[in-house]
Amino acid sequence: MAKRVGMEVSIAAAEAVKQANTDIVAAYPITPQTHIVEHLSELVNNGELDAEFIPVESEHSAMSVCAGGAAVGARTFTCTSSQGLILMSEIVYAASSLRLPMLMILANRSLNSPLSIWNDHSDVMAIRDCGWIQVFADNGQEVYDHVFVGYRVAEDRNVLTPFIVNLDGFILTHVIEPIEMIEQEVVDRYLPPYQPLHRLHPDRPVTMGCFGPPILFTEAKKAQDEAMNKTMPHILQAWQEFGDLTGRYYHPVETHETEGAKIIVVTQGALGETASVGIEHMREHNEAVGLVKIRLWRPFPFDEFRKAVKGAELVVVMDRAISYGGPGGPLAGEVRAALYPEESHPRVVNFIIGLGGRDVSPGDFVEMIQQAKVKPGEWYEIHGVRE
Amino acid sequence: MAKPEHEMTWRDLNVGYVVDEPGNARIYRTGDWRSQRPIYNPERCIRCGICYIYCPDMAIRILADGSIEHDLYYCKGCGICAEECPTGAITLVDEEE
Repeated sequence: MAKRVGMEVSIAAAEAVKQANTDIVAAYPITPQTHIVEHLSELVNNGELDAEFIPVESEHSAMSVCAGGAAVGARTFTCTSSQGLILMSEIVYAASSLRLPMLMILANRSLNSPLSIWNDHSDVMAIRDCGWIQVFADNGQEVYDHVFVGYRVAEDRNVLTPFIVNLDGFILTHVIEPIEMIEQEVVDRYLPPYQPLHRLHPDRPVTMGCFGPPILFTEAKKAQDEAMNKTMPHILQAWQEFGDLTGRYYHPVETHETEGAKIIVVTQGALGETASVGIEHMREHNEAVGLVKIRLWRPFPFDEFRKAVKGAELVVVMDRAISYGGPGGPLAGEVRAALYPEESHPRVVNFIIGLGGRDVSPGDFVEMIQQAKVKPGEWYEIHGVRE
Repeated sequence: MAKPEHEMTWRDLNVGYVVDEPGNARIYRTGDWRSQRPIYNPERCIRCGICYIYCPDMAIRILADGSIEHDLYYCKGCGICAEECPTGAITLVDEEE
């Protein structure tokens, strides 16, 4: 039987990386990711995980090591936050274009300046178009589970694309949650050893990362875009099989109380759990409010999302990042793009909340929903800011 | 490569744009880059081979009698051979349209 234990989410994430039999860990410490990497270094040091732990001098080097590791056929892991992600971003784009599967856990944190170690989503949104598959976890169990799902999807011969698991810094990384640990035998059944399609090996030389002249560059990018667009059935399949083994079934979008809802709130990450409390409160007062949580961010689940908000008259999108001078938060931009082709679409109101660790309570959701009812479809508003 | 570059579609490319055919850079025609072409005068040439040594693209061949020949498939027209030649046996002329 699977064990249910109380554990800090960061430790659970590291334990999952161990259970996934990762070969290479390359990471540079940065708050709030630190506990994950610290625990992995202990697991390697005490012999529980037979992996190369490479203590690099920067995140740029961490991602370079990961790219090299994946290129030789190793199961590769890194973990970062905020400025660390921005520093590694040059190689982040290369890893996906080279179609090198690997796993990154991203403990979401705001970006400078002002300096803040606290949570929002501006780090991942800065690399939105990096070509990695990206999911947002709602709680610790989802983080733990998606280490296995992430490797399984990334290494699928039909996918071969790196995978990011987003978890909210501190809000998830530093809390103790009940985690149902999967038995090793089940993990091994779900996650077979990685068999690379191309790999660097002296017996059969290949070139990775060569230049693409103008006559081929467009074709290379088209091939990458097609590959990403075709990942969806394989992601769904990996979730289905994971559910069959563990009883925990995941979907690109999760719906909560959307049956007959006229107003639907859209969130990503841990905000979903807070929002659901506010929404249940409103449901008790006979308000037809529901919640849609976007778990899969790339590839964006357009069809599933449209289906989830069908029948709503008002969609209230909660963003944890700003697109300065843009049409609102990154999530709202996607939601509007998803709904625009529909013949009749709901009004989309966008709130920016929870920046740099600002608390968001269930009451905030009730307040924003009430405000959204009387708002025109304005671009966006930063909620809770002192005027 | 199975096809010339300009006929390749996105479906023809290897996953990750991996080149799995070692040494295929030799089919890349760097001669296309040239705006000036080297002209060789064998009468001035003293067969010293300095141009052969300096050519950054190995685009100069030494023939049996010691004279040289430019390989215009690769020669980018950089002019280093002309610059280094001690007798002025290589000159550059503009490529015609």
